[in-house]
Amino acid sequence: MLLHRRQILVAGSAALFAPTIAFAKAETERRLVFVIQRGAADGLAMLAPIGDPAYRALRGDLIPELLQQPNLGGLFALHPALKQLGALYGARQALFAHAVASPYRDRSHFDGQNVLETGGALPYDRKDGWMNRLLAMLPAEGARGLAVSTTIPTALRGAVQVSSYAPSALPDASQDLLQRVSTMYAADAQLHALWEEALQTRAMAGDLANPGRGAAAAGKLIASLMTGTQGARVVMVESDGWDTHAGQKARLNNQLTGLDAMLAALRDNLGPAWADTLVVVATEFGRTAAANGTGGTDHGTASMAMLLGGTVAGGRIVADWPGLGPSQLYEGRDLRPTISLDALIGSAVAGHFGLDPARAVPGLFPGGGGKAIDGLVRT
Amino acid sequence: MLKSATALNRFGLGGMGGMGPPADLQAWLESQLTRFNLRPAPIAAATGTKELVTMLREARDGRREQQQEAKAAGTEPKPREQGEPGPFRDLRDAYTAAVGLRTDVALASDTPLVERLVHFWSNHFAVSVDKVAVIGLAGAFEFEAIRPHVLGRFSDLLNAVERHPAMLLYLDQAESIGPESPLAQRAAQRGRERGLNENLAREILELHTLGVRTVYSQADVTEFARALTGWTVGGLAKQPLLRGPGPGFWFAAPIHQPGGRTIMGKRYGQSGEAQAQAVLDDLARHPSTARHIATKLARHFAADDPPPALVARLEQDFLRSGGDLKSLYKVLIAAPEVWNAAPKFRTPWDWTLAALRATGVRALPGRTAAGAFTQLGQAVWKPGSPAGYDDVAASWAGPDALYRRVEVAQRIAERTAPGIDARKLADQLFPESLSEATRQAITRAESGPQALALLLASPDMMRR
Repeated sequence: MLLHRRQILVAGSAALFAPTIAFAKAETERRLVFVIQRGAADGLAMLAPIGDPAYRALRGDLIPELLQQPNLGGLFALHPALKQLGALYGARQALFAHAVASPYRDRSHFDGQNVLETGGALPYDRKDGWMNRLLAMLPAEGARGLAVSTTIPTALRGAVQVSSYAPSALPDASQDLLQRVSTMYAADAQLHALWEEALQTRAMAGDLANPGRGAAAAGKLIASLMTGTQGARVVMVESDGWDTHAGQKARLNNQLTGLDAMLAALRDNLGPAWADTLVVVATEFGRTAAANGTGGTDHGTASMAMLLGGTVAGGRIVADWPGLGPSQLYEGRDLRPTISLDALIGSAVAGHFGLDPARAVPGLFPGGGGKAIDGLVRT
Repeated sequence: MLKSATALNRFGLGGMGGMGPPADLQAWLESQLTRFNLRPAPIAAATGTKELVTMLREARDGRREQQQEAKAAGTEPKPREQGEPGPFRDLRDAYTAAVGLRTDVALASDTPLVERLVHFWSNHFAVSVDKVAVIGLAGAFEFEAIRPHVLGRFSDLLNAVERHPAMLLYLDQAESIGPESPLAQRAAQRGRERGLNENLAREILELHTLGVRTVYSQADVTEFARALTGWTVGGLAKQPLLRGPGPGFWFAAPIHQPGGRTIMGKRYGQSGEAQAQAVLDDLARHPSTARHIATKLARHFAADDPPPALVARLEQDFLRSGGDLKSLYKVLIAAPEVWNAAPKFRTPWDWTLAALRATGVRALPGRTAAGAFTQLGQAVWKPGSPAGYDDVAASWAGPDALYRRVEVAQRIAERTAPGIDARKLADQLFPESLSEATRQAITRAESGPQALALLLASPDMMRR
C-alpha cells in the first residue's frame, strides 16, 4: 500500500512537530526553484558595480571585460557570461539584488550555507530547512518537494517528507525485487518513507533516466520533474564550484556560462508553467572586495542574489549601495550588507505562493528575516 | 552485552562471509592497533608523490602547449570529447588505480578498525579531485601523509598533511606569496601584483585543528596565512627561481613574508619555515583542537549527536597524552556509548565495502570501484568541499541514494550468489541481531541471488 505523505507524517512521531495551521488553502500551480551557489559566489563580478569609483582599483586585472558591459541604468553591469539572464532582465522577468547577506557574518562556507539553508540566526541553530517549512505552509495536495541530487540538502530537510532524484547509470533492479524490498522495509519507519518517495519519483522521471550531459540537459531534467500531475512544486538545485581563490576570471566565466544555460533550458522546457515559476539564485556569502594575490578573491560578506521567473516584478535592481571606499567596506575588506537576504527570499516566496508575509517570513527565516520587502513579485 | 555485530560493523568494515565472529571482541579490536600494516605491498608499489608531481608538471606543460598551438592557429582550444586522451590522462589513470588499491586493501583487511581510521582521517583532512591539480596526488596523499601516522601522534599527522603537495595545491597554499617578500617586491617593480591567499590558513584553523566558531578571528587567519607563505611545492613552477630543489614539499624563502607574526595573542618571532611550524605545533595541542577531534571521533563511532560524556573522555585523553592517537582509539574501544548506541546509517563507502566483504569479493578493478562509488554518491577523494564528506545520516539517507543501493545490491548478488547461502551469511554477519523482517524476506525469496540481494539491501546492512 502506498501511504500518502501526510499519512506517513501522522503515523510517525513527526506529527508532533507538523504545523497545525495551513497558511494557504487552495492547491497551488505555483512553482519554486532554489538554486544554491555553494562556495561563495562573487557578487561583485556577477553584477559588477562599474559605476563605483573604487571598483577598478580593487579588482585590477580581474575585470576589464566587465567594464565594457552595458550599464543596467545606474551603477551596475551584468557579467557577459549571463546572456540569457540579461535577456530575462530585459523582459522584466529578472530582478537582481545587491549587497545582500544572511545574518551570518563569519567566513566559513559550511556555517554560512547552514544559516542560509536553515534560516536560523546561527549555524546549526535549527535542524530543519526553510524549504521544508515552506512545504508545511502549502496545501498538502500536490505540494511535493524534490532535491535534484541523490540525498536531501539541509534546506529541504525536516518534518515533511520530500524526494530526491538524479540521473543514474546503474542497471535497473527487477520489479519483483523492488516489491520485496517494499515489504522488507515496511516496518522500518526511516527506510519505508525514503523508499516510497524514491519509487514515486523514479516513476515520474520515467524515460528521462538518461537526459544527456551538460547544463542545458540539467535544466531540461529539472523542468520535466516539475511538470505533469506528480510534478514537484518546491525544488532545490545545488551548484558547486564558486570558491574562486585562484584563476577566478576563467573559472567564473565557465561557472556563469553553465548557470545561464541551465536556467535558460529550465525556462524553455517549463513552457507555460514558467509563468507560475519563481527561481531564487543565492550564495552563502560574497568574496573580498579586493582581488587577492593569486588572481582570485577570498571569503567575504555581502554578495548578490537573483529572482527570476514569470511572477517576478523584474527588470530592476534592488540595492542600497554601501560603496566600496576603504571606510565603507565591512571590516575594511568586504562588501557591506545592506539588505537581508533572508527578507528578500522570504518576501519573494511568500508573495509568490500568496502567503501572508507577516507570518510566513518569520516562519521561513526565524533567524534574520526582519521586515518583509514589498513588491518583489506580481501577485 | 558486547555484540559482535558492533565489533564487525560499527568498529570494522563489515563481516567477511565464512568467518565467525572473534571470541574476545575488545581484545580483537585492540590487537589491530599493533597488527596493522602501515605499508602493505600494493600500497608500497603505488606511484609515489615525487613522480606524481613531475607528471603534473608535464601535464601542465602539455596543456599550455595545446593552448599556445590553438592561439597561434587562431582557434579556440577545442573541448575534449569524453574518453579522448588529454594531457591529464596519466594522472586520471593514477587516480583510478589508487581508488582500486584503497578498495582492495579495505576488502581484504584483517585490521578493519585501523583501515576505517585511515579513511576517517583522510576525510578529516579532505582534499578533492574536483580540483584538477589534485587528481593524481589524492591517493599518494592518503598513502604517504595519512596512513603512516594513523597510529602515531596528531601533531605528526598534521605536519605530514599540511606539507603534502596535494593539500598545498588543493587549498591554494602553493601559490600564496608574502606581499613584502623579495619576489613580490621584484614583481611589483615590473607592475605585477602578487600576494597572499588565505585559503589553507583558514581551513587549518576551521577544519583541521581548532574548529569553526572557537578562538580565532579574521585577523588570525590573515596572520597565519602570512606565516605560511613559502610553504609550497617544488618541481612545478616555470620560473627557475620557483622550481626549488625537486618535486615535493619545499620551503621557498623568496616568497616568505618577512617579520614576526602575532596569532591568537602569541608572538611568533621565528624566521622561515620554522614560523608556521611553530604555529602548527601549538594548534596541534590546543584544547579547542582536542575538543574538535574528540567530537568528530565520537560522532563517527557513537552517534550523529555525539554523547557529551564520551566527547569529554576523548578530549581529556587527547590533552593528557599529547594527542596520542592510539590512546584515543583505546578510549573508543572501551566506551559503552559506542557498544550500546543505536546503529548508524552507513555511508555509501561503508555500505559498499560491507556488501563486498560479505560476499567474498576481495579485489575490484579500479575503474569499477571508482564508478560504483560515484554512482552511489560518494566518489572517493572527491567531497564537494574541504570539510570532507558528512558523517550524519541526514546526509546519506536520501530516497534516490537508497534506490541506488538496491540496484547495486542486485548487481553484486547476481555476480557472487553461486555458493553463498544468504540465510547462513545473514547469521554470520549479524550473529545476535538479525531483524525479523530481513530473515523473512530472505527466507521467502524466489532464488539464491534474490535472497542475497535482499540481504545486501536489508535494514541491517544499511546501518552499522
